[in-house]
Amino acid sequence: MKLDAKIPSGPLESKWEHHKFDLKLVSPANKRKFEIIVVGSGLAGGSAAATLAELGYNVKCFCFQDSPRRAHSIAAQGGINAAKNYRGDGDSIYRLFYDTIKGGDFRSREANVYRLAEVSGHIIDQCVAQGVPFAREYGGLLDNRSFGGAQVARTFYARGQTGQQLLLGAYSALSRQIGAGQVKMFPKTEMLDLVLVDGKARGIVVRDLVTGAMESHAADAVILATGGYGNVFYLSTNAKGSNVTASYRAYKRGAAFGNPCFTQIHPTCIPVKGDYQSKLTLMSESLRNDGRVWVPKTKADKRAPGDIPESERDYYLERKYPSFGNLAPRDIASRSAKEACDSGQGVGESGFGVYLDFADSISRHGEEQIRARYGNLFDMYERITDENPYKMPMRIYPAVHYTMGGLWVDYNLMSNIPGLHVLGEANFSDHGANRLGASALMQGLADGYFVIPYTIANYLASSKLEKVTTSHESFKAAEDSCRKRVGQLLSIKGSRTVDSFHRELGKIMWDKCGMARDRAGLQEALKAIPKLREEFWQDLKILGTNEEINQSLEKAGRVADFLEFGELMCLDAIAREESCGGHFRTEHQTPDGEALRNDENFCHVAVWEHEGDATGPAKGHKRHQEELVYEHVKLATRSYK
Amino acid sequence: MKLKLHVWRQKNKAAQGRMVTYDADNISPNMSFLEMLDVVNEGLITTGEDPIAFAHDCREGICGSCGVMVNGVAHGPQDATTTCQLHMRSFQDGEELYIEPWRAKGFPVLRDLVVDRSAFDRIIQAGGFVSVNTGSAQDANATPIRKSDADEAFNAAACIGCGACVAACKNASAMLFVSAKVGQLSLLPQGQPERQERALNMVSAMHEEGFGNCTNQYECEAVCPKQISTDYIARLNREFIKATLTYPDAKK
Repeated sequence: MKLDAKIPSGPLESKWEHHKFDLKLVSPANKRKFEIIVVGSGLAGGSAAATLAELGYNVKCFCFQDSPRRAHSIAAQGGINAAKNYRGDGDSIYRLFYDTIKGGDFRSREANVYRLAEVSGHIIDQCVAQGVPFAREYGGLLDNRSFGGAQVARTFYARGQTGQQLLLGAYSALSRQIGAGQVKMFPKTEMLDLVLVDGKARGIVVRDLVTGAMESHAADAVILATGGYGNVFYLSTNAKGSNVTASYRAYKRGAAFGNPCFTQIHPTCIPVKGDYQSKLTLMSESLRNDGRVWVPKTKADKRAPGDIPESERDYYLERKYPSFGNLAPRDIASRSAKEACDSGQGVGESGFGVYLDFADSISRHGEEQIRARYGNLFDMYERITDENPYKMPMRIYPAVHYTMGGLWVDYNLMSNIPGLHVLGEANFSDHGANRLGASALMQGLADGYFVIPYTIANYLASSKLEKVTTSHESFKAAEDSCRKRVGQLLSIKGSRTVDSFHRELGKIMWDKCGMARDRAGLQEALKAIPKLREEFWQDLKILGTNEEINQSLEKAGRVADFLEFGELMCLDAIAREESCGGHFRTEHQTPDGEALRNDENFCHVAVWEHEGDATGPAKGHKRHQEELVYEHVKLATRSYK
Repeated sequence: MKLKLHVWRQKNKAAQGRMVTYDADNISPNMSFLEMLDVVNEGLITTGEDPIAFAHDCREGICGSCGVMVNGVAHGPQDATTTCQLHMRSFQDGEELYIEPWRAKGFPVLRDLVVDRSAFDRIIQAGGFVSVNTGSAQDANATPIRKSDADEAFNAAACIGCGACVAACKNASAMLFVSAKVGQLSLLPQGQPERQERALNMVSAMHEEGFGNCTNQYECEAVCPKQISTDYIARLNREFIKATLTYPDAKK
């Protein structure tokens, strides 16, 4: 497998600027001759589809939701980072770059991250111009808050609904292009396969989720912006429909997958309650601006939080990481919570919870001020738990939230398959082994608004693209294999529901490939997953047919892919003999329990290649490496103490 | 908890629907309403009956996918709450619940509790945007915006497009939905250049999609999970009338 990251030469600060000049252009008159497929309509896909259409390309955009406005980017709460330095508190492009590299525990590409920091400011400009109602100060200028892993306030926000407001901004731009006829939108349509012609990505096969019809679409380039795969754990903060299918189908067609085991476990979610639970709800990281995290010093302390005096509380983040305190990065805050609970200091019925306490902030700023900042989050917490967080501390516990791993892309956001581009959470490139808070929105929009419009032109202008239609045999073959697979799922007629398999897979993944991993556990998972997969294909029960709205069938296709993909994650986790960011191998830790990197052997991206036929089961997965070269940042032990 | 459910079952858009009764046993008060339906569905699949189709995705009250009528009230009995955030502790043990899809000409039923809300997308496509191409924006702080205007714009922008306003209205009016977008953008300097055309085009699209007009019943505001105020409808009427003075031919 040839992996060329195509990082431009020259000084870091001018790489992107020079690269933009070197990239070939498509003239305005020629743009209308090209068709581009965008799969996914979240921040990355929505912004890319809208921008490419504005430029004059013909765009087809697909999403499985009933409207592009419902993509899961909408649920992002806290904010979006940008190196505007409006506070005058010492922020700069270089500082945002450095914080992101360090936050990712030195496992991301310098050039990509620098570009991300460089375009971050334009994102805010663009969104304000669209009418995104960011929070403002009384003077009418934009407000900022702080997020984990940073000592400056660079996070722009719209109450606790920043993702919603940014997505509605991108959706409005997309809607304008749909209305103008420049984008053809396909909601309630799920991508089932990627189609290659002469080694290039030339289209996709989709299923209409209302009628069940399988259809092919051909194009000159394909963009996947299909989000993350956190739902492999069943319980996560992802939307129920979020899935790995588009990425995994591309992987089986030859696209390389980068760092699949890099998962972000978010420290502040509402704890699990009951076996029926269908998803976990995030409480924004922004709450750690005003909330203090603590557990009782005594083990199994059953007193109400209000009855535990100050002297008997352990504010463990403030104690262990005095310079960042409650705003330690996510991986560190999550691991500390797990440690506290594993040692018996956890709170709540299950013992898997820690307090996030607002009492100090409420007495300092008043309840009204806190309500103005986080009102919707406090209400959401009360609705779910039936407890009033203004009166008693929230109980929180870590939960799967984001996946840093994803399809491998070069500097141009193109995968190793020519013509296949991957944006947003679906690619692997910018967050290393841990993503900092408020950086997902930044990356999704940077990729869609400010990177892909330049780099895709270069691909289109420099490739010789023969005219291809869906009557090409590759499309017919891919369609047939999709039909066959659906037929197989429906014909099993076993006894177990899709959800029961998904829950079981999730439990294996959480126990063995979750917040802490070790060789023995991962080996167990590598035995358990194929066994479960075999049972799935023998004993699955789905009612109904393909030719109707069949939600069990939709889920089954996604779970079938998770059952293969989970194995790849475990293989990746077992091969990476070090701890870094969210990947914590218990065999590799410092004496005080921090992640211990192995830069000598693992300062690289693990890039996986599928072995075997695209339509059959995997014969194996082959590991390649892309070495990470640090020219500007010195590899250091990450310290937030 | 044990409950008796009467649920609207309809095979597809063309089929005749009807209410079917199910028992929901072993329900915990801590379950969300949709988790209760999950449990019922697992039971149905086991006994060989098609599970109840319902729309849902984020299950945290923001994507706007979910929404059913519970005992005739859009999103059920709790104020300012989407169906996914409604919890079973809002009901009594032994209660009977009537669960139905949104009913409106503009929202045809696709299956069971799932309706087609693409009409809302088409209304936005008619003018719910600021025409600004990527890359042409000035610095974000170049134009200060009064905080109270920004906050009021936000209150309208919080709309999740779930359609409860339409379902609750006896006229199946989409005025609250339309007014939220028109209101948001008319309050901000960025929305000024297209202000009048936006009001005209969105209202006209709303009519074309088969939604009715507002007759001041305020049912929409009462069920809106984001508590969007009917004040925005008053604002929309003002915007519309002003626009028709500029474009006298626009008023059909």
